[in-house]
Amino acid sequence: MNRPVVGMLAAVLAACTPDAPATPAASDATGPGGEAVAAMPAGAPEQFGFGAHASEDRIARWDIDVKPDGEGLPPGSGSVEEGRRVYELSCMQCHGPTGTEGPNDRLVVAGDWEQWPPGRAFGAFWPYATTFFDYTRRAMPQLTPGTMSDDEVYAVVAYVLHLNGLLAADAVLDAESLAAIEMPARDRFVPDDRAGGPEIR
Amino acid sequence: MATGPRKQFSRRAWLTAASGTAASGLVMTRFDAVKATVQEVPAQSVDPTRVPGRFVSEVGRRAPGEQPRRLVRTLALSSSSRTPLQDLQGTITPSDLHFERHHAGVPDIVAEEHELLVHGMVERPMVFRMSDLRRYPQASRICFIECSGNGGGAYNRNRMPTAISPQQLDGLLSTSEWTGVMLSTILREVGVRPGASWILAEGRDAAVMARSVPLDKAMDDSMLAYGQNGEAIRPEQGYPVRLLLPGWEGNAQVKWLRRIEVSDRPTMTRDETSRYTDPLKDGTARQFSFVMDAKSIITFPSYPYVLPDRGWWEIEGLAWTGRGRITRVEVSTDGGRSWADAVLQPPILSKSTVRFRHLWNWDGRDTVILSRATDETGYVQPTVQQLWDARGEGTSYHHNHQRAWKVASDGSVTFGLGDLV
Repeated sequence: MNRPVVGMLAAVLAACTPDAPATPAASDATGPGGEAVAAMPAGAPEQFGFGAHASEDRIARWDIDVKPDGEGLPPGSGSVEEGRRVYELSCMQCHGPTGTEGPNDRLVVAGDWEQWPPGRAFGAFWPYATTFFDYTRRAMPQLTPGTMSDDEVYAVVAYVLHLNGLLAADAVLDAESLAAIEMPARDRFVPDDRAGGPEIR
Repeated sequence: MATGPRKQFSRRAWLTAASGTAASGLVMTRFDAVKATVQEVPAQSVDPTRVPGRFVSEVGRRAPGEQPRRLVRTLALSSSSRTPLQDLQGTITPSDLHFERHHAGVPDIVAEEHELLVHGMVERPMVFRMSDLRRYPQASRICFIECSGNGGGAYNRNRMPTAISPQQLDGLLSTSEWTGVMLSTILREVGVRPGASWILAEGRDAAVMARSVPLDKAMDDSMLAYGQNGEAIRPEQGYPVRLLLPGWEGNAQVKWLRRIEVSDRPTMTRDETSRYTDPLKDGTARQFSFVMDAKSIITFPSYPYVLPDRGWWEIEGLAWTGRGRITRVEVSTDGGRSWADAVLQPPILSKSTVRFRHLWNWDGRDTVILSRATDETGYVQPTVQQLWDARGEGTSYHHNHQRAWKVASDGSVTFGLGDLV
């Protein structure tokens, strides 16, 4: 469970008990003008039966997301040293020799860790290392996304963690060790606390 | 109605620079031409009452003298283009002028082969084709979509711009009539299991863009939109189907939608952690700040318009709030010392833009004009100082503070917030 969102989860759970009808709120369903009409006409069946069953294999092909507790991380592993080779081949062109030069996003925090706001570098402003695996696997390299093996993704995540001073040079990363990493920004993130009404927050 | 003749007049007599700057490359010729002289209008070569007109056609086109353009930031995979707010009328954004923000370009998708997978904490994991989605009971609504980074160009007190148009500042805002199936209808079909509280929405672009959304929003007014302003949704807006979250920040309204996973917690994707979060002055970063607070901007007069004469002018602009309806817009023509209620042009729709108007008799002296919106929750659009006080100056998102325009005695109009802070 993710500490920053506990409060929000409680509120959401309260609003989504099994008894809650799966239809839009009446306020938005009945307003004048261009607002949405009621989703479900009277007499609609429980299920329409459109669409097809999704098999386990079908789901597995697309179910690529990784959650902070490690759910969704694939088998495999990669070392910092292997990650250096992957980085130099696939990442350095856009992120620079040490992850700080660009031209694209900065990956490595340099200088004062206590500076706030810290920019968006992986080391400074990513609360979960799992997110870096998830994002790298789904979207990188920018011109050939989805071409790295899971082992290569583990390796390059290990290498960038190392560049940020968060992983030893001889480390090997796998599902268990990746999910166990505590990022420096971990406890900075808090759920939206705007409560509505006139308050400027 | 006075608007017609005035608009006609405007096209001929105002020094209307088109939306862009030299950076866009698209409108530079027009921009340069009108900077120094009256805008060129295509010559009326023949008397239309003395020659037959053109035949009917399969697809219409704009008048040659009316060519609004999006403003392209850079030609890159992760880039944006902005809606020419100062060139538009009413509230609906023509679909080909709807703003863009892509993280890995616009994918080419064949709708007939597109599939939406819905799985996770559901009774019946399913795959829907577009023909399936279109067969469900349909809904339409008008609402705005705004990038939460909109307006960031006027938040840094040390870099407050002057030569910036509504398009350049706030053009990551557009309004459309969206048509599709309510997400609650699809979630009803698959059967959400007890204990579920979030969904993950994922796109079919090269970034496989993904955002977590609370289930209560998904069950409330969220839509899987496949129609936009009477036709199929445009590729730049997510063809063949996108997630629509009325009133929420644009990034969460995932385009080219291919997967929804029902879950009991958020995934913490890149775009809900290191991006689209607000670092605050207390050292925390606000996350999942989805709702767009009330905001307004005067679109006329604004940079780069030049008022050719003192006297009667109608100030107009747009107001919107992600919390529901706009209830009031006030306009100041004296730098914020006094305020008057603007007229709100019906229809005033929940989570949509509203056009406001205020008749103004300009005495020809230097002044600063502003607008501020109030919504149905009692929230009043803050000053930039109020936002700085509440949040600090470090965030790159959610800049809904009041905008100001400086009208100089020579009629030139520039962004004027720097004069007030």
